[in-house]
Amino acid sequence: MKRFIGFIKKEFFHIFRDRRSLFILFGMPIAQILLFGFAITNEINNVDIAILDHSKDATTKEIINKISASKYFTIKQMVVREADIASVFKKGQVKAVLNFEKDFSKNLIKDNKATVQIITDATDPNIANTISNYVNAILQKYQKELNKDITIAYQIIPETRMVYNPELKSVYMFVPGVMTIILMLVSAMMTSISITREKELGTMEILLVSPIKPFQVIIGKVFPYIFLSIINAVVIVMLSIFIFNMPVQGSLFLLGIESVLFIISALALGILISTISETQQTAMMISLMGLMLPVILLSGFIFPISSMPEPLQIISHIIPAKWFIIIIKGIMLKGVGIQFIWKETLILLVMTVFFIGLSVKKYKIRLE
Amino acid sequence: MNNNKVIQVEGLTKMFGDFTAVDAITFDVEKGEIFGFLGANGAGKTTAMKMLIGISKPTSGRATVAGFDVFTNTEDIKKNIGYMSQKFALYDDLTVKENITFFGGIYGLSRKKIKEKSDTLIEELGLKKVANTLVGALPLGWKQKLSFSVSLIHDPKIVFLDEPTGGVDPITRRQFWEMIYKAANQGTTVFVTTHYMDEAEYCDRVSIMVNGKIEALDTPKKLKEQFEAANMNDVFLKLARG
Amino acid sequence: MSITVSNISKSYKKVKALKDISFEVKPAELFGLIGPDGAGKTTLFRILTTLLIANEGNATVAGYEVVTDYKKIRNSVGYMPGKFSLYQDLTVEENLNFFATIFGTTIEENYDLIKDIYVQIEPFKNRRAGKLSGGMKQKLALCCALIHKPKVLFLDEPTTGVDPVSRKEFWEMLKRLQQKDITILVSTPYMDEAALCDRIALIQDGKILQIDTPEAIVKHYPKQIYNVRANNMYQLINSLNEYEHNHSVYPFGEFVHYTDSRTDFNPEDLKVYLESKNLTIVEIEKTEATIEDTFMELAK
Repeated sequence: MKRFIGFIKKEFFHIFRDRRSLFILFGMPIAQILLFGFAITNEINNVDIAILDHSKDATTKEIINKISASKYFTIKQMVVREADIASVFKKGQVKAVLNFEKDFSKNLIKDNKATVQIITDATDPNIANTISNYVNAILQKYQKELNKDITIAYQIIPETRMVYNPELKSVYMFVPGVMTIILMLVSAMMTSISITREKELGTMEILLVSPIKPFQVIIGKVFPYIFLSIINAVVIVMLSIFIFNMPVQGSLFLLGIESVLFIISALALGILISTISETQQTAMMISLMGLMLPVILLSGFIFPISSMPEPLQIISHIIPAKWFIIIIKGIMLKGVGIQFIWKETLILLVMTVFFIGLSVKKYKIRLE
Repeated sequence: MNNNKVIQVEGLTKMFGDFTAVDAITFDVEKGEIFGFLGANGAGKTTAMKMLIGISKPTSGRATVAGFDVFTNTEDIKKNIGYMSQKFALYDDLTVKENITFFGGIYGLSRKKIKEKSDTLIEELGLKKVANTLVGALPLGWKQKLSFSVSLIHDPKIVFLDEPTGGVDPITRRQFWEMIYKAANQGTTVFVTTHYMDEAEYCDRVSIMVNGKIEALDTPKKLKEQFEAANMNDVFLKLARG
Repeated sequence: MSITVSNISKSYKKVKALKDISFEVKPAELFGLIGPDGAGKTTLFRILTTLLIANEGNATVAGYEVVTDYKKIRNSVGYMPGKFSLYQDLTVEENLNFFATIFGTTIEENYDLIKDIYVQIEPFKNRRAGKLSGGMKQKLALCCALIHKPKVLFLDEPTTGVDPVSRKEFWEMLKRLQQKDITILVSTPYMDEAALCDRIALIQDGKILQIDTPEAIVKHYPKQIYNVRANNMYQLINSLNEYEHNHSVYPFGEFVHYTDSRTDFNPEDLKVYLESKNLTIVEIEKTEATIEDTFMELAK
């Protein structure tokens, strides 16, 4: 028994004297709980929606006010014509459009019913459903108010339409996210591990004391993973098309180019990680904790960014995956061309160049 | 069973698949002897040693260490022997005192005994000033000497040393061997492997393994006569080269 | 001069690994850096192969300055770091091909240089490097370091942890390489290997104790060493340690190397003393100093 206790004592010494294990034991759980607590939510907050009001009468104005006043929705813009609805969704600025029919008030009084279309972007089927339900709830509540002193009830009839994903297939949400994660995993983590393995084995020393230039070593390390990542991307797209019957509405060529851009940014991150890791273990930890987890939580892949607190939303802006997911979803599900995603592409490009520059600068040509 | 023989090995064999790492070796070691166990890398030394200290199960043959059977009584063997290897000896992130206390506890010493031993050890090795320093910060020579002392903390009958002086400076090496002599003089049997051929000369008897078999076993003096060699290094070369 | 080192010092955090080191290596010389672990050998090697920058002092290799001309040095030296870093999952041949290509040459081009060594591992050329024995890894690592016919060869503890037979063979290979006009700087903790070098530097705790040819170093040992033997080594050591006139008492194989503090030392006195301690078969003879004796004397 004494032996056992002596052994336990020793284990505590090891733990408390190793900065890294302290970080894992205390730092990470706290960070994770905060992250999960704030990020994971299926509620919606401040979702951007647009309004197309054909009536512009008192009733519609009241409904619009109620919606605007609720914490769930933010009215981002007013749409003028029906024809604009498609492009508003393509631009990705709003998640839903409420389309009030002409003569809304008049119809209520005359026929006791009026319709409003709730058109939601169902590339994120869960959110789409939630939005739909919440709007409905607001409408119902207003309807009740209206009917307080009236004998024949008014009916506000909501017509729900889901665009891009009418059957609300969750695979539509799932595939772009998984593709992003796999590309990031293969590119960033494998690259960083490969470079740090050379450091661990000591062969990096020999490579340094040789004519091969450091940038050749980096490119050399990265090259195989570009190929592998592209193959991965192709396989995923093929699988989703043929097995999950997921459409690729937009240009495959554009999809390919954007994917290569993202892959390069992930590779650059991998190189960056390797410049601050001495061992493969460290590289893997940083890749998983520093890249994978934030990507899963904060890229908007599963949990809506708009529902997260301000600080997390800001952080999500610097995660390349977030922009890439918008791009992929746009191309695959909405069929957009470059004109709708040029902003995101530019951001991704700038980030990539920045990461490459940083990792080249940090790459050590000596052992210290 | 002869009470004077602390290690008795007969036809001990270890096979990995169809590769024979240790090929039916037979030898004895007497109490208080300093026994040198030599051989090239890959000759089977480490594998043989692992069987004797009870962490590897032999394929066939017989052996007893400190009177206990290597097949059935490995737990008793471990309680009665000390072990020190070059690769690992002490915990770098524990202090000198903490290491001594830990290993004392592992071997089941009472708290009083540990304190006693700890004070004696620290005094004898001149480590008073660094008793509360992390072992990782000590020079290699001090670490080796401390870890040897720790391996003896429970007064084992036999101590197994696996290349204990690798990389250590020549003065410390000799101080180390003086500690070995002292232990042997007090009745502890020392079973040691080394790559320093001059250290082979310090042993009472030496065995040399080649390709899993023991090709020579005798006192250094007799081996030099047998192989017409000036020193143990030449004995080794002649034997290994054939 | 092939390698020059002038007042090099290097510290890591609080530890001073190298303290004001200076020496030179002539072209085609086989120069040994002799000292135990922690002496600073690897640090010095890394500074000379441009992997580290010294805090003080400067150094040149093949005429190039180690900090400013590091690229030229990296193109022209051969380096074998400790623990023979090889690609474990590449075969012998693949490793060799890789290093040849990196240096812009082929195995065939400089084959005559590595032939003597390579023939010993050629039978295993399709075996993965990770599965080779210590001695074979050593030979392969040497071939990889030589494949581009470097002007200067840096070998950091190439024989550590390898059995005596392989060690001997390795040094024989080095001697043959020397004849091909390559400067070789080797580090080793084994004192007996020091005798095989043209010149050696004894190093301990970051300081150089002495530099000279092995013969000269040994000749300058200040005292006369005596081989002392008796029936019981342990008691002999103890008795000698208790003898009031001793200067140094070091076991050396079957003997003890003993030096006395007096200039007019008479061995007979010692014999009488030892026999009075109940030691028998006492033998005392003059003997030559070895590198190890000198090292210990200087390191005291």
